[in-house]
Amino acid sequence: MPSLDDLRKRISSVKSTQKITKAMKMVAAAKLRKAQEMAEKGRPYSDKMDLIIQNLSKAINDPSNAPKLLVGTGEDKTHLCVVMTADRGLCGGFNTNICKLAKKYFDEAIKSSKNLKIITVGTKGLDQLKRDYGRYIIKRINLKDKKKLSFLDAEEIGKQIVELFKNNEFDKCFIFYNKFKNVISQIPQQQQVIPAKVENKNKKDEEVSSYEFEPDEDEILDDLLPKNISTQIFKAFLENSASEQGSRMTAMDNATRNAGDLVDKLTINYNRSRQAAITKELIEIISGAESL
Amino acid sequence: MEKNFNLDIISPESILISEKVNSVTIPSFEGEMTILVDHIPLITFLRPGIIKVEGSKQSQFFAEEGTVEFSNNTLIILSSTITSIENIKNQNISKIIEESKSQLTQDNLSDKAKYILSHKVDTFLKINQ
Repeated sequence: MPSLDDLRKRISSVKSTQKITKAMKMVAAAKLRKAQEMAEKGRPYSDKMDLIIQNLSKAINDPSNAPKLLVGTGEDKTHLCVVMTADRGLCGGFNTNICKLAKKYFDEAIKSSKNLKIITVGTKGLDQLKRDYGRYIIKRINLKDKKKLSFLDAEEIGKQIVELFKNNEFDKCFIFYNKFKNVISQIPQQQQVIPAKVENKNKKDEEVSSYEFEPDEDEILDDLLPKNISTQIFKAFLENSASEQGSRMTAMDNATRNAGDLVDKLTINYNRSRQAAITKELIEIISGAESL
Repeated sequence: MEKNFNLDIISPESILISEKVNSVTIPSFEGEMTILVDHIPLITFLRPGIIKVEGSKQSQFFAEEGTVEFSNNTLIILSSTITSIENIKNQNISKIIEESKSQLTQDNLSDKAKYILSHKVDTFLKINQ
């Protein structure tokens, strides 16, 4: 049985932890609103980009001549995985969920004897992956000192990936990130970015292919496809940052509630032992008086 | 029938403009072009230059690059480097011109990069007047 003093210390320490988690929850909630807004504003850009690429790829008649970024190298040997995580912890299962999905995929790729290359974005993912997959990591991108992610950051990563692709370093590229569904649920996602996934919608879009291209399809695609990769990465950034804040908010909300429960329990304990101590003293006094 | 069409100018951060306009002049990669209503479907991309929008009110944007699609009387301009002219004017234009010019003198530039840079310089000189 802990002494009264110990209990008092415990209670006050749990209370101050509760204060911190409460503050973190509030900060996360404010940031979440901003991140969500950004994600919503960024959506039209990537949607329209997708649309244009769909239309363009329909217009390409000869797939053998098409840019490799669109149709791939024709091989399936080396996979590049870009794992995007947060730079900060204390956000529930956010980082772990991405890493779990990524690890599952890595193991499959290794089992089917594919070459694996990993780029980590964000420090938390690196921490979780470097022990088991350290030798596959070719690049570590750290955005810790960036206060606000801009499109330029995404473009920078996009350029690096395209550069690697042009040097024939890999055949397929995937990005791992958390898709923001709502505040309490974020879904880890694996998305293929190279070769660009083109959905074959066999609609009555026959007249769509009558686009006029200036200069021509290939040059537009050359310009557009690297941009599309940057856009996808930027989208993943936005989804990720919204998810991170959402996840942190839920986690901190839970922590605050748990701390509250713990404080209640400890307070009852404290009161009981206090009462027990008083009763004990009274009994001692009474029995002392009786014996006289 | 009214002679206008929909224009959406979208950057990754926001939608800059989304309204009905009469004509849009864009600095397409192979030269300036003006798009009017019922233009044939078109996909092209931009070099640095000024986008002039004429609708209920006139406005101008500067873009360094971008992708343009026109179909079904809807013009979509996607660009990550687009800002309105007023924003550009607040920046230090002469400094940007100097920087671009010094980049132009580098030897290892491809023709395409040279072409883009020289247009950038021209556009900024024009704005600076």
